[in-house]
Amino acid sequence: MAMSLIWTAMVGAAILCGLATGNGGAVAKGALDGAAAGVELCLSMMGVLCLWMGVMEVMERSGIARGLSRLLRPVIKRLYQDFSKDGKVMDAVSANLSANLLGLGNAATPLGLEAARLMAQRTPGVASDGLCMLVVCNTASLQLIPTTVASLRAAAGSANPFDILPAVWLASAVSVAVGVTAAKLLARVWR
Amino acid sequence: MELMFTMLVPFLMLAAALWGLYKGVDLWGALTDGAEKGLKVSLRIMPPLIGLLTAVYMLRASGALELLGEAVGPLLTAVGIPAETIGLLLVRPVSGSAALGVGAELIETYGPDSLVGRTAAVMLGSTETTFYTIAVYFGAAKVGKTRYAVPAALCADIAGFLAASWAVRLLF
Repeated sequence: MAMSLIWTAMVGAAILCGLATGNGGAVAKGALDGAAAGVELCLSMMGVLCLWMGVMEVMERSGIARGLSRLLRPVIKRLYQDFSKDGKVMDAVSANLSANLLGLGNAATPLGLEAARLMAQRTPGVASDGLCMLVVCNTASLQLIPTTVASLRAAAGSANPFDILPAVWLASAVSVAVGVTAAKLLARVWR
Repeated sequence: MELMFTMLVPFLMLAAALWGLYKGVDLWGALTDGAEKGLKVSLRIMPPLIGLLTAVYMLRASGALELLGEAVGPLLTAVGIPAETIGLLLVRPVSGSAALGVGAELIETYGPDSLVGRTAAVMLGSTETTFYTIAVYFGAAKVGKTRYAVPAALCADIAGFLAASWAVRLLF
């Protein structure tokens, strides 16, 4: 539903603004160019995307995700103090985090939702501090290798599609740190 | 330092392969299965991208994006965010595919190695589809009282956009 409204608003604004500024012809041409660009973009992204999904699959099957999730345990326990004694929740949360870090989106979401369901059993209908933290951590991007973005840059002819990695890590770290701090501070005052 | 990041990808490939062999994984099978998943992902994002790039190209041609950039540009520039990224800031928390479409157009128009192109890429890589994620998680947990989850998540988003802009200026 949200998408239908956004799309309609975008097209409507383009037509109105195009007519007002006398760019009507360019808007009509833009529609055709954009549709073609969507196909071209997907095709030119495919190579890098498939390569990385392949490498990720190797990592997943060789147990890197499981090892990482064990490493993350101490950090998780500290972040989710209200659930630190609940083994099932801790398992799901750390597996969710390690899948997020490795960019295994398809694996991360079911694990995260499982953790959310388990947490909600304790306080039905109301978000506990743990659940809020889980949601905040999942609305921040933790992916170490941003595959899709790198393939976008590769498709546009970047000299080195992965040279944004340090900047992405820095920005992600700041974003997560701010989110976690905000959650911890708000947890004290927002009952 | 630069060589390290250039060689990071090939080295990660080799490291994953060696570790996979050591663990006795069917390496070739995993690699090709993963690539097949990549094909499915590409096919799945193609229809929304076609729709969204159509709308974004229309907006770009109409001059609406420039107008919007001019209207709020000074505010964004004052905090270090490139005004051209305004469209991306607006759609990023709401829709992943719309953000991908807007980001792709920015990277294409300004060039992947330009300040705007890089900032758009870093923003895409360091933030998530916040409102969508919130809806899915609280929906699955059947939780209506979300307390401070939304404001905390939005703090993280704003910090991510600012940090992405600053990181690109700092590192490039």
